[in-house]
Amino acid sequence: MEIPFVAKARPDTGLYNAKVGIWLFLASEVMLFGALFSAYILLRVGADPGTWPQGLLNVPIGTMNTAVLITSSVTVVLGWSALKLGDFRTYRKYQAVTILCALTFLVVKCLVEYPEKFKHYEVWKKDGTRMTGHVEGNPLFLTEAKMAKANMASIKFTPDHHFYFAAAPAHGAAAADAHPPAVEIKREEIKRLSAFTPAHSTYFGVYFTLTALHGLHVLAGALVIAYIWGPGARMWKTDPEQYMNRVEVSGLFWHFVDLVWIFLFPVFYLL
Amino acid sequence: MSATHSVEAIKKHNKLYLAIFAALLVGTVVTVLLRSVHFPAFWITVAVALFVATIKATLVACFFMHLISEKKAIYAMLAATVFFFAAMMYIMIWARDQVPKGSEYTSDKHIPYPAASGGAY
Repeated sequence: MEIPFVAKARPDTGLYNAKVGIWLFLASEVMLFGALFSAYILLRVGADPGTWPQGLLNVPIGTMNTAVLITSSVTVVLGWSALKLGDFRTYRKYQAVTILCALTFLVVKCLVEYPEKFKHYEVWKKDGTRMTGHVEGNPLFLTEAKMAKANMASIKFTPDHHFYFAAAPAHGAAAADAHPPAVEIKREEIKRLSAFTPAHSTYFGVYFTLTALHGLHVLAGALVIAYIWGPGARMWKTDPEQYMNRVEVSGLFWHFVDLVWIFLFPVFYLL
Repeated sequence: MSATHSVEAIKKHNKLYLAIFAALLVGTVVTVLLRSVHFPAFWITVAVALFVATIKATLVACFFMHLISEKKAIYAMLAATVFFFAAMMYIMIWARDQVPKGSEYTSDKHIPYPAASGGAY
């Protein structure tokens, strides 16, 4: 049995099947990200004044990744447009840029941003002192429990020049740019030691949940676009109309991924 | 966008896409620059940041996703989504005072940092 409206639009709605499907799927995605986003806002509003981590993410890298996603969005739509004009080669060039942008975004996220956080620490001392900084040797995921297990008597800790709870240093203050000297902290002085992992705080719990979920969407979108661009491109010769529909539907998903990031970026990186 | 669009119309749309692209990049720069502006209250900062993000998202949805000229059935689906999304946000606002306060690791002695503690940790 032949499935109707796979390529041709249904006369009464003017839509083909996949387009209805992708919009229904995007509607469910709005609710998924909306639920997590509202949870974040609720937790952010409920946090005690001065306890919410701020300014711990790398803004220039986040800005670059935003520009990369925006670029990929425009190449998707220009590629689809080229296909509408019957220019398959131009479409392929645009979509190749899209796939490259997706890979750039994922590489930056997984190999630069996340590892940077896993080597950045906060230490809570038993005397109430707290500071953020780096442990000598840049270990990953070190905790006070792991210190005890490894029989580490102390750590050499280089504090950041600014702690996120403290008021921002005045612009142009020379001392603010200099790291305080490294200090030796004994294990028995430490109440808690945590890298900026999901376990560190509610902020990082929500940050990793949302950005990792978004990253999975980027990966899935890139795989689909790459399939249509590569092995799936045979359909252009056999059924160009359905092929264009596939490109359009994958493009709609890709724009949604970009749209989610447009909100995630200011909320996590700038507020 | 309709499949029946003419070649001229599509080429015209390409220019529009590039203009939207430029607007999105400008919007991103504006969002980052807003970080250095100190508004009198935190909620104003949030509102301004979300306002800029909403403008950018609207441009993507309307022009890249072609929602500005979509079929009625798509609008109907989105209307239902907006309703449920708004309901979820309303529940969130309604419950905003029911969040447990305080955290185990909030210190009484906030940040005796080098400048404040004379270098002693």
